[in-house]
Amino acid sequence: MRRDRVRVLLISLLLGVLFVAGWQATTARQPKGKGLPGPVAVAATAWEMLRHPFYDNGPNDKGIGLQLGASLGRLAAGYVAASVVAVMLGVTFGLSPTLYRAVNPYIQVLKPVSPLAWMPLFLYALKDSGQSAILVIFMSSLWPTLANTAFGVASIKRDYLHVAAILQLSWWRRLVTVILPAAAPAIVAGLRISIGSAWVAIVAAEMLIGGTGIGYFVWNEWNNLALTSVIFAILAIGLIGVLLDAGLGRLSRRLAWSE
Amino acid sequence: MSEATGGRETGMERAVERAVEHAVFGGARGRREFVRLVGAATASAALASVFPLAQAKALAQDKPGPLEKKDLKIGFIPITCATPIIMAEPMGFYKKHGLNVRVVKASSWAMIRDLSINGETDATHMLSPMPLAISLGVGSQSVPYVMPAVENINGQAITLANKHKGVKSAAEMKGFKFGVPFDFSMHNFLLRYVLAEGGVDPDREVQIRAVPPPEMVANLRAGNLDGYLGPDPFNQRAVYEEVGFIWMLSKDIWPGHPCCAFAARREFAEKMPNTFRATLHAIVDATQYAHDQSHRKEIAAAIAPKNFLNQPVEVLEQVLTGVFPDGLGNTRNVPDRVDFDPFPYHSMAMWILTQMKRWGYLKSDVSYKKVAEDVFLAAACRDALKRLGHKAPDANSVKHTFVLGKTRVFDPDRADDYLKSFPIRKA
Repeated sequence: MRRDRVRVLLISLLLGVLFVAGWQATTARQPKGKGLPGPVAVAATAWEMLRHPFYDNGPNDKGIGLQLGASLGRLAAGYVAASVVAVMLGVTFGLSPTLYRAVNPYIQVLKPVSPLAWMPLFLYALKDSGQSAILVIFMSSLWPTLANTAFGVASIKRDYLHVAAILQLSWWRRLVTVILPAAAPAIVAGLRISIGSAWVAIVAAEMLIGGTGIGYFVWNEWNNLALTSVIFAILAIGLIGVLLDAGLGRLSRRLAWSE
Repeated sequence: MSEATGGRETGMERAVERAVEHAVFGGARGRREFVRLVGAATASAALASVFPLAQAKALAQDKPGPLEKKDLKIGFIPITCATPIIMAEPMGFYKKHGLNVRVVKASSWAMIRDLSINGETDATHMLSPMPLAISLGVGSQSVPYVMPAVENINGQAITLANKHKGVKSAAEMKGFKFGVPFDFSMHNFLLRYVLAEGGVDPDREVQIRAVPPPEMVANLRAGNLDGYLGPDPFNQRAVYEEVGFIWMLSKDIWPGHPCCAFAARREFAEKMPNTFRATLHAIVDATQYAHDQSHRKEIAAAIAPKNFLNQPVEVLEQVLTGVFPDGLGNTRNVPDRVDFDPFPYHSMAMWILTQMKRWGYLKSDVSYKKVAEDVFLAAACRDALKRLGHKAPDANSVKHTFVLGKTRVFDPDRADDYLKSFPIRKA
């Protein structure tokens, strides 16, 4: 078991080193400043940015820490709101299969719509670019949680619900002590998918609306064709994504149960 | 304020009202007849509905009243056309006129439009056809806009990908994919003009797409576009990146054409006339400063940082000084490659409207002259120029000469004939 882990780690490291070496080899022969930047140039930019992550030179020039912070703030607002709504709707639909089947066609139509397609509509209706971006995050993180919650609640063993009925538990106690715990693994799985898609959507949303945020940072650097910054931003986005996913992964392990 | 000044200002206000009445009713007699018919209050209200009296009064007063709002946000797209709007922040022109302005970068023209309509920015950088289109509700919800100043004249170019180095005339461009910054842009109308003069139907024989300026070079490099009529620095940036070359400067199509502009919702101008006026003064002041060739290097350095254009200073200097490599191995020296002149001639707006009509964007019949007068505030700009001690043109409209190929003259008094003189058109 342990030896296995070491082997995985070694292979993983080897792949990483090979990739960086290959990258360096293909980009090294280009004249300086032309073509795709190599890992050394990216590392230099990364160092420069990480040294002052929180500088603020006005609305269009802020440090990478502030940019990521702004994105995470948006993510939190949209994601929390969407999760609350999705779990509530999911429980309702899970408990009432008839209702679920009735609304399902609408959900199926709305689900495949890229959250960005909503942007013009939100901008027009809300007249606020910040809120529109948050609503885009809301749309992108609604459906996985909703579908998973509904599925989780619908597949709770009937016995549990019957016992709860026999004990004459109140509506609220039934929800908190039986339904939600029973469906928790499914709900958290949904939440985990949702946070991934929300983080994917926010970069694109910020490229559209501008302001502060890692997505707009990428756009702004693209402006100047500063690809080292773009590559560094991609790495930062990926790392934050991993952290978010790992956080929910831990939560799901804690909530997992088996009979 | 002393009583004497108060009296003078009231007198001035009346003079303004009379001047407006003269323009609207054709003199005092016309007004008297109108008042007799509808009553004085209605007459005054009718007048206010067609003309921003409060704003005209504020503009005509000697001393401006207190600023209604000092902290403003002004939107911009990171291109050299916005030079005066941008440089006015780091170089202190807004401060000089009592304002605390933050310029806010936007990612596309659609975003500029929505930020401004939504009131998230107080005033904004726009393409000069945009306030006309938005006021008319073409390609947008209809919101009345005013445009008191042009930013730059000239300063655009047709850039082609390196593989098209052999192309000599527009006729050879059939099948090309072109980028323009926005449907309602001088770029779109000038590109269409060039293509049509070369016998190419811009709607059928080429593809013209709206591409945000900062994305133009990347698209050219990727082969996604064959060329674009775009704003600088992205023409020069294509040369700098060795992916394209400058095929034609826009000044060789219409010398002195307007491009970008300073605009605001009419509501802003009317509700905050003093702030509006101070902003206009700062912009006109900065525009005149930028007009002076000897200031161009200093300006290039001021607007290059990340907070503003986020471009290499070298490229900006090539654009602003007019000494530049064209990507074909030549170094050209064109001092008026880009110039800065704020005066918004009504005839410029009328030309734009004829082109909106020509290419089917404007489907209804409108009075070009009236729309031009409503949106392009030539009088306000003249006032600002004079107060800042500059010369200003006396005429609101002039004839414009197009030098590309067959010389054509746009006579604002014969706009319909002008439109009909083109063999390729939709309307």
